Order: sequence, then structure tokens, then C-alpha cells
Amino acid sequence: MSTTAAPVLRLSAIRKSYNVGTPVEAEILHGIDLSLATGEFAALIGPSGSGKSTLLNIIGLLEPPTSGSVEIAGRAVSYNDDDSLTRLRSETLGFVFQFHHLLPAFTALENVLMPRLINGQKITEAVRAEALHLLDAVGLREAESKKPSELSGGMQQRVAIARALAVKPALVLADEPTGNLDTKTAADIFVMLRKFNRDFGTSFLIVTHDPRLAATCDRRITLADGQIVSDER
Amino acid sequence: MIFEIQIALRFLREGRTQSALIVGGVTVGVAVVVFISALVSGLQSNTISRTLGAQAHIVAKPVDPEARRQIGDDRSDATSIAVVQTAPRKVRSINNWQQVIAAFEAVPTVVAVSPMLSGAAIAIRGEGRNAVTIFGVDLQRYDRIVDLRNKLVTGSLRLEPGDVLVGTELARDLGADIGDRITISTGTVTATDERFRITGTLDLGNRDLSRRAVYLPLHTAQNLFELPGGVTSLEVRIQDVFAADKVAARIARITPLTVDSWMTTNSQLLSALSAQTASTTIIRVFVSIVVMLGIASVLVVAVVQKTREIGILRAMGASRGQMTRVFLLQGSLVGLVGSMLGSLLATLLVFLFVTFVRGVDGSPLFPITLEPQLLVVSCIGATLCGTLAAIAPARRAARLDPAMAMRA
Repeated sequence: MSTTAAPVLRLSAIRKSYNVGTPVEAEILHGIDLSLATGEFAALIGPSGSGKSTLLNIIGLLEPPTSGSVEIAGRAVSYNDDDSLTRLRSETLGFVFQFHHLLPAFTALENVLMPRLINGQKITEAVRAEALHLLDAVGLREAESKKPSELSGGMQQRVAIARALAVKPALVLADEPTGNLDTKTAADIFVMLRKFNRDFGTSFLIVTHDPRLAATCDRRITLADGQIVSDER
Repeated sequence: MIFEIQIALRFLREGRTQSALIVGGVTVGVAVVVFISALVSGLQSNTISRTLGAQAHIVAKPVDPEARRQIGDDRSDATSIAVVQTAPRKVRSINNWQQVIAAFEAVPTVVAVSPMLSGAAIAIRGEGRNAVTIFGVDLQRYDRIVDLRNKLVTGSLRLEPGDVLVGTELARDLGADIGDRITISTGTVTATDERFRITGTLDLGNRDLSRRAVYLPLHTAQNLFELPGGVTSLEVRIQDVFAADKVAARIARITPLTVDSWMTTNSQLLSALSAQTASTTIIRVFVSIVVMLGIASVLVVAVVQKTREIGILRAMGASRGQMTRVFLLQGSLVGLVGSMLGSLLATLLVFLFVTFVRGVDGSPLFPITLEPQLLVVSCIGATLCGTLAAIAPARRAARLDPAMAMRA
């Protein structure tokens, strides 16, 4: 696995508080500095309530930090303009969630095509072929016209992975992607993520509770009480 | 926009029952609006055509001779009573009426202008005598002002020298029929009575008018009233009957003649029609508001139901603008589909009304025509209403925080 020096992600002094200015104000993240190199396959681990999901949401530009700065693929993030934030998200980031979050009304193939459609791309035969290729890569070529409700949990997660990769993002953020899958399926999913990491050079930041899966990653970042307590490679 | 259309359609299809119910609501709403509009406009044009009967939209006449002031003086401070006496009436002709007609015809929306010579006379047949009004017309021109063809009850619409067309009531009063001769006397000392052959009887939609109307060729009338080459009024037909007062004002500016529209001579009818139009408008507005509230409430519920999907789409890079458009489009689509179905339903209602609702004699009450224009305007209106109704839900959808929404 080769990693280059150019970071795909750089966080400086990220703090996040909820209920700011109220008696129940709580700081979840206490000044996080983190950098992720292009092509890196990293695990973000830590106990529940340590702030993993919050950090992932901040990296995913789904919520702004209370203070600190975020840089993704060399672009500094400004939270003032929602449209440029959205564009940055759609161009550079892919998401895989614990509960796969597929759109129930659309087929597997349509779900994979969705990020392209959102970006205003015309769904040409070539684009379709690419999406089918992704479905093939996650072993679901035959499930292209099935709705999420007709697929098992593992299959749905694989569709979600194919979807996350559809726009060839620089960084894929996975929030407990194997959280509600059995051990065997979870291991398969990890192998698949790893394969995409190698084949496409996509960076991955994976939140997981499973120490065995975390052990297969190039880097393990441990978060506890809103701070990075260890960072092993 | 392809993304927005696809998502909007899929969301609507997914919430099938909800979508069907609200489209049904729009359908009924639009059908009611279109049907009532068609019904009222049919009723109004029927009322107008019946009331106007043989009246032109606009009539231009010579100015009455000026009233002479008998008592009083402008400079006097004392209260004075003015006794105004109009000059004795006599049949007065319009000068250079051929040129005036040409000028009138040049006024926009004027469809036709026809000269007329009218005056009082007595129709005599045997022992029967009736006071009548003579309308001396050039039938070809006049037919374009008042559709006499449709008012013809018996005989034919022919007005050669020696011919006369009379109202049905007058024919009955005189006991005359087609081909019978009647004598017309203008009552002046010098005039000679003339006899005419009835070629047709007309139902002018108004009993009183049918009792006194006598149509003669213009030349004959001119001879009868000793007004060679003269006419007493110019009758004007315009495109939009409700614009009569405006067009009359335009015409009045180019002529010294007194110009009156049917609207001034029938102001009571006009206020009745206005009241009717106002009540229809109120119904239309309220139905539209109810339909809009329906669309808005269904879409608000849809936003709540789709919160997670909205979050996913936002996380995948859908902008606030795109989410806004997804929901605005849903409103427009509901409006458009509902209004198209509503137009069909309205067409069916009009058909049923015309077919089954009939007067005591079994004939249709009045003709209702569904103008394609009305349908198009209704469809555009409903689509706009749907879009407007979707603004609040769409803004709500756009404001959703993606991270929070996905946890929903």
C-alpha cells in the first residue's frame, strides 16, 4: 500500500460543542488535530460516546465544528456557503453508513447512480456500465433491479459501498459499516473495502467497534472523551 | 433538473395513497372551478343575448338639441329653479354618415357598423292598429350587428323593396302571416301610407320589442320618414361585449355624436351580472385556497415521512436548492395532473348538464361551451397553485440538517 504525502484530510484544533450558550452546553470534541494521507486506510476506534460519529460528521461536512478548520483534498472548508459545501461533499466524499441508508424507492442500480444524478450528470450508457461494473465488483450484478427491501443486510451494505464509490471520491467515510452484520459478512465487507482502497487508491476512514477488523487497517486512530489518545500505524 | 424530476416522481409514486388522494382533491377542485365558470359564462352570455335581443353593443345618435335655460342666471346668488325644456323631437339625420361609418370601423375591436333609420309609426291591417317602431336597415350590414337569422321564426330573412319583417307578437296582434300585407303609416300629414308584404317574423327575445318591431329596407324607411339618404343612428358590434363602455368612450372621442353602450342602457342587468361574476370569483378563490391547503398539508407530511431520504440525498451531495425543487416539483405535478383530470371531469359534467338538465319544454336551458382557453388557464393556474402550496414544505425540506435527518 503506497501513501503519498499530500493529505486528503487535514483537521486542526477541531472543537465541537452542543447546546452552546445553554446550561446544558457540552463539548464533545476537545481540539482534534488529524491528517489523513491520500490512499490511507484508517480505522477510527473508541468507546461509545467518545465522539467518533460527531468527528465523522464534521469530516463529512454534515455539521460544522464549533471552532477549528477543516481541509479536504487540499480545499479549505468554508461553512458560510451551503452550496459550495454541498459541491465539495459531492465531489470529494463518499459515505457508507451503519444502516446503509439506501433510498428505499430506488433499485440497487439507481441507488448507485444517484450521486451522479445529483451532480447533474447525464446517465449515459457508459455511466450505467460503470455503475454496473461497481455492482459487479461488490458481487451484486444480478441484483441491479432489486429494491433495498428485497436485499439482505450484507447485500444492502455492499450496494451502499458501490454507491459511495460511484463518483470516485478522494475519501470514503464509513460509520460502522459492519455494525449490524454477522462476523463473516463483516469480514467480507472489510475485504471489499480494502480491495477498493488498493484498486482505486481511495482513502478510507472507517469507524468500527470491532478490534479484529481495526487490526487489518493501515492505521488505527483511537478517540476517547473527545480526544485522540493513540494513533498507531 | 433530471435529478429533481426523478426524485419528485418517485416520492409521489411511493406515497401512492397520499398522492392519489391529493390529486383527487385537485381534480374535484379544478372540475368545480371549470364547471362553474363555464356554467356562469354560458348563463351570462345567454342572459345578455336574450336581454340585448335586437340591441347593438354600441349606438351612436345625433346629439339632442340643446336644452334652453328658461329661468335663472349663472351669476345670480339667489336660489333659482331651472325649468329645462327639450326641443320638440323630430327625426334627425347624421351628417356624412358614410364617412362616420368608415371612421368607426377603424376603431380597434369594432366588428361591424350598420346605419339605421328608426322612427315611430302605426301598423295597420284591417281593423287592427298597432303603434310600432320602424327600423330601416341595410339587411346585409345589419345582420352582422344583430343575428336576425337566429331570431327568425317563420318565413325567410329577405328585405327587398316592399318587404317587411315583423316581430312575432306584432304579427299575432295584427292576425297577419307570411305573405300578408300590412300598411305602415308614419302619421305625418304629407306622408302617404304604404303597404308591405310580410316576408318573415322574428322573435326578438323580448315580448315588448317583438310587439313593436318592424324592419324595412333602409331606402323605404328614408322615403317613409321623408329623410332621403339620412340615417338616425349607427349601430356598432364589437368583439368583447363587456368592453362596450370602453370602446364607446373611444368612439365618442372621434365623433360629435352621442355614443351609448348597452352597458349604460342596461346598467341594472350589468350590476346583476357583476354580482354573479363576483360570487363566482369568490367560489373560485376559496376552492383554490382549499386545494392549495390540501397540497401543502400532504407535502408537509411527505417531508416528515421522507426526512431520512432527504438526509441521505443531502449527504450524497444534493444541495438545498435541489431539495427545494424536488418538493416544488411535487406540488406542480400534483397541480398539473389534478387539473388535467379536473378538466376531463368538468367536460363530463358539462356534457351531463347539457344532456340531462332541461327546461319544462325539454329543450336545453342554455348553451354551455367549454372554451379550450378556460381549460388551459385552469391547468396553468392549478399548476401554479400547486407550486405555491409547495413552497413552505420545500423550504422545510431544504432546511433539514443532513446529519440530524439521517438519524430520524
